[in-house]
Amino acid sequence: MLTSSRPQVEQWQAFRDRVRDAGRDERALLLATASDQIRRDVLTMIERAGLGHVGGDFSVTDILVTLYASVLSVAPAEPDWPDRDRLILSKGHSAAALYATLASCGFFPATELATFMAPLSALSGHPDRTKVPGIETNTGPLGHGLPIGVGTALAARLRNSPARTVVILGDGELQEGSNWEAAMCAGHHRLGSLTAVVDRNGLQQGARTEDTNALEPLADRWRSFGWSVAEVDGHDHAALAEVFAVRSDRPTAVIAHTQKGRGVSFMTDRVEWHHKVPSRDELALARAELSR
Amino acid sequence: MIESTPVRPATDRRTMFDCRQAFAEQLAALARVDERVVAVCNDSVGSSNLAGFRDEFPDRLVNVGIAEQNMVGVAAGLANGGLLPFVCAAAPFLTGRALEQIKADIAYADRHVVLCGMSPGVAYGQLGPTHHSIEDLSWLRAIANLPIVVPADPAQTRAAVRWAASADGPSYLRIPRSPVPDLFGPETTLEPGRFVPLTEGDDVTLVAAGTLVWRAVEAATLLRHEGVSARVLAAPFVEPLDEAAVIAAARETRGIVSVEEATVSGGLGAAVAGVAGRYCPTRVRVLGVPGVFAPTGDVEFLLRYFGLTATGIADAARAVLADAAR
Repeated sequence: MLTSSRPQVEQWQAFRDRVRDAGRDERALLLATASDQIRRDVLTMIERAGLGHVGGDFSVTDILVTLYASVLSVAPAEPDWPDRDRLILSKGHSAAALYATLASCGFFPATELATFMAPLSALSGHPDRTKVPGIETNTGPLGHGLPIGVGTALAARLRNSPARTVVILGDGELQEGSNWEAAMCAGHHRLGSLTAVVDRNGLQQGARTEDTNALEPLADRWRSFGWSVAEVDGHDHAALAEVFAVRSDRPTAVIAHTQKGRGVSFMTDRVEWHHKVPSRDELALARAELSR
Repeated sequence: MIESTPVRPATDRRTMFDCRQAFAEQLAALARVDERVVAVCNDSVGSSNLAGFRDEFPDRLVNVGIAEQNMVGVAAGLANGGLLPFVCAAAPFLTGRALEQIKADIAYADRHVVLCGMSPGVAYGQLGPTHHSIEDLSWLRAIANLPIVVPADPAQTRAAVRWAASADGPSYLRIPRSPVPDLFGPETTLEPGRFVPLTEGDDVTLVAAGTLVWRAVEAATLLRHEGVSARVLAAPFVEPLDEAAVIAAARETRGIVSVEEATVSGGLGAAVAGVAGRYCPTRVRVLGVPGVFAPTGDVEFLLRYFGLTATGIADAARAVLADAAR
């Protein structure tokens, strides 16, 4: 099991304070800059590993950065703190973005990112909670996160804990029926502490979701299961933070409209970048675009 | 040595029990002293005998409805939140429908969740192969970090619940519905990787799990009347296996008969044969359901049909000894 990095935790706490105290424009710039850094870290991880899921990493990056920099109540030096908020990355193939974000919070040393998918690394291609602090559950097969999030939300209710649960779902993943078992259950129990964020980038591994097994009308589907629904630009940090600040007595689905490969022009909204590994020239171009 | 008393079927002289009752009583007793204990079920309050638990602890029963994947995921989440979930559902649907959740959310994620498969084997009788849970042992033995407990009577069922609560990790309990007599005392305990010897013997070994343990004891009695001494081992843990007991049986007796209410492909018998083959090759005869879907019939009919009776077990033991004598 990896352990926390105290200097990095302090740096992250200072960053959270700056974000909290900043005006809207400055906050937007701080968070966008942090997202660029995460995306550059992800590129380096994928470059070293020769493997990865860059498209989905980049569509979810701004959501992860917003949550860890301004929303979630977590303690990287005490990852098992009982009243922590739970972040469950159901689309576990975006592990690189999650690892880079957790490292930026100090859950483990950032130097560890260099081992991504290397033999015997704690940082597997999909997250393993028994090796990496800050990971709440092992994901990888799709459709697993939301049932577990229903369980953590029920546990918080039973234990009178203020903990909230945020589950990040891929949009293609919603084709798995287990999500709808969980959605029905959360609606039935009116789990107001549960938020499902749909990373709505419109693409799944092989094609557009709407050309594969259509999800629309997606908001209506969540509403019909008893959920509140918010739609937001999933790359607008300020708008995301505002949506996450709204609490409901029902579970909330945040449909975050995103783009796969966001941040790098030639990857954006391109299905082939689901898990393509960039060439040396493409890496240089991508890094240049991510250095503002 | 031949006994003078006539052999009678066990059902003639013993009271038989459905272990779900003992399970529910022990779970409620545990819940009274451990506030982490919650029950999770799939509209299975009746079939898991949880009505008493529900009435006593209404807030601590999570009934997700007919949705097994969600049920197991919810249990993983409850464990993440510091609770100790007992997932109670008919074994075929718990294991078949939610197999990937059991693998990824419980075993791989190392969650202290107790999966309780009710009415395993052919306990649903005439309801047919969709409702029989004979594959569960093969499926679950293939998953790492998942002890498999197959109690044989009410006392061992209670001990299984206590052990699973104290284990600090995942487990699967296979709770019998087909009637079994008392075999063990109320103070019996379980130890992972340990069989429980029931009779001494050095001609042949009968190793049995769950509902068939008492029939193996009956088979040993039948054999004893013929001058054959059979060592009977109860296997409350199919995983981890008591390798030392298997090796000793292979060394000290002329062959092994395994018997379980499960497919022969990957359960107790396959595990025993694997260990014997690796360390001390001997004759192993694996009794169970042999790679077919069961025909229509009640439980007793099906057990007889597949030779899972005292007579069938004794026949297999004689065949093993005949092979050994060749």
